[in-house]
Amino acid sequence: MKTSFPSPQSFFRQRRLRLSVVLIILIGIYVLSMTIVNFQTWTSIVKIPAGIIWLFHNFIPTERSISYLGPILYQLWRTLLVSISSTIIASLFSLVFAILGAQTTTPHPVLRIVIRFGASLLRNIPVVAWAMILLFSFKQSDFTGFLALFFMTLGYLTRAFTETIEDLDAEKLQALQAVGANYFQCVFCGVLPEAASTLTSWVLYMIENNLRDATLVGLLTGTGVGFLFDFYFKSFRYDAAGLIVLLIAILVIVLELTSTMIRRAIA
Amino acid sequence: MIENSQPKPETIQPSASHAKKITLVTKPRKILRSVLAGLTIVTIYSLATLNNSNLQLSEAFKSLGANLNAMFLHPSVGQDSWALLLRALATSVSLAMLTTLLGALIAFFIAVGAARNLAPNWLATSIKAVMAFVRAIPTILWVLIYSVVMGLGASAAVVGLTFHSVAYLVKAYSESIEETSQDTIEALKASGVGFWPIVFQAILPSIVPALLSWTFIRFEINFANAVAVGAAAGADDIGYYLFMAGSFYFNFHEVGLIVYLLLAVAIVLELVSMKLRGHYLKHN
Repeated sequence: MKTSFPSPQSFFRQRRLRLSVVLIILIGIYVLSMTIVNFQTWTSIVKIPAGIIWLFHNFIPTERSISYLGPILYQLWRTLLVSISSTIIASLFSLVFAILGAQTTTPHPVLRIVIRFGASLLRNIPVVAWAMILLFSFKQSDFTGFLALFFMTLGYLTRAFTETIEDLDAEKLQALQAVGANYFQCVFCGVLPEAASTLTSWVLYMIENNLRDATLVGLLTGTGVGFLFDFYFKSFRYDAAGLIVLLIAILVIVLELTSTMIRRAIA
Repeated sequence: MIENSQPKPETIQPSASHAKKITLVTKPRKILRSVLAGLTIVTIYSLATLNNSNLQLSEAFKSLGANLNAMFLHPSVGQDSWALLLRALATSVSLAMLTTLLGALIAFFIAVGAARNLAPNWLATSIKAVMAFVRAIPTILWVLIYSVVMGLGASAAVVGLTFHSVAYLVKAYSESIEETSQDTIEALKASGVGFWPIVFQAILPSIVPALLSWTFIRFEINFANAVAVGAAAGADDIGYYLFMAGSFYFNFHEVGLIVYLLLAVAIVLELVSMKLRGHYLKHN
């Protein structure tokens, strides 16, 4: 059989044609979105340097802002606690759901579909909507933020855990079953020890993610460090707000480095 | 009498220090266990000290049930109109597309400078450090900061979202670029190919699938962020109406409708991303 290859000229011509079509479509999307959003690209880009200079003038913490350090550190600590505890509690539930919903360990295929659908639903409701839904019932308490993060995390971790369990070698499970292990022995002696380090690294990733989201949730529900930022920001105490931004950045980076270290140690 | 003068037969006794106990508890396992134990302790402490002032949990959950019922089983447009909400939804999608495209374009050029196999080491390290700092600050804070400089509204939202997108995509792109084999670059350099032709003719075509999938992931994140920005910084998109319906008018029927709209967009995005990845994986 003879396969015909295009000549180099026609190959490059076709490639250029395809590239220009893609470019034109992208530019079209850009212009369309620009008009819908009512965004002026040039005037905004020109303002960016001025914005950064303004940022450095006003957001640098001064000696005065040190006096705010106490409440800021306390709220930051609370926010960290809420993001860790919501992740851990959610991971316990997700682990159960994932075992029931993974193809290799599911007791019933219908259960699998229900769990997949539920997780997708939880995941796709934005965290803002969760905050709004919960704010009304749970008022301005840490509990609102905790539950909002909990539902989001539950959706994400259930999917991640399910995929992790499905990626495991199915033959090991079959071997366990062949020597007469029952369902719980299969799960607790076959699946969990094998998947433990991957699952933990997902949990660590979710803690990082939740710390970032916790700021947003706090802003919306009036709790934690997000609320404190909003409060200082709206009362024009930019130096204190800048201090918060700086501390959040430091905390996130420290958390990232720690979890990278842990991930390497347990791999 | 025969004396047993034969020396005792020597048996090789394994000395205690040489004996290796084989155990399931290896060092990684120990670290794993202590990490999990630590996290559990923190969780218990934080649940015990959670600020639930004047909160009757059973009543709160009952009211949550009633709200969920109102939201998901009886959605309605409330005091806004369908046209208004759909327009706001289109604004959110556009905001996400705009910031993703802008972010991807800027991020690609910065990523070329941040890839260790293309740029000098000091440049790559410093760009990566700056980007890590930008990434560590939540998107919503960037938007709020820019809203002081540019005024509340679309421009601040676009610039703030783009800022974070760039930082995120530079990390993803530069890691993809670094996966290109050094031999290819060396060979092209040796035959006298310039810097930008190497980037656009050799590296870019080989990492298109990775770039595409990262960009699409960012698009999904940007859509969620666009909603958040509307709620917290007053850009005129669906998040703003969600915020108003939820915390000013307490109209849960409208909150439900908006959540349904957002879910519909999320499902479409997921389908598109599946199609897109399938298409590109087949081609390459």
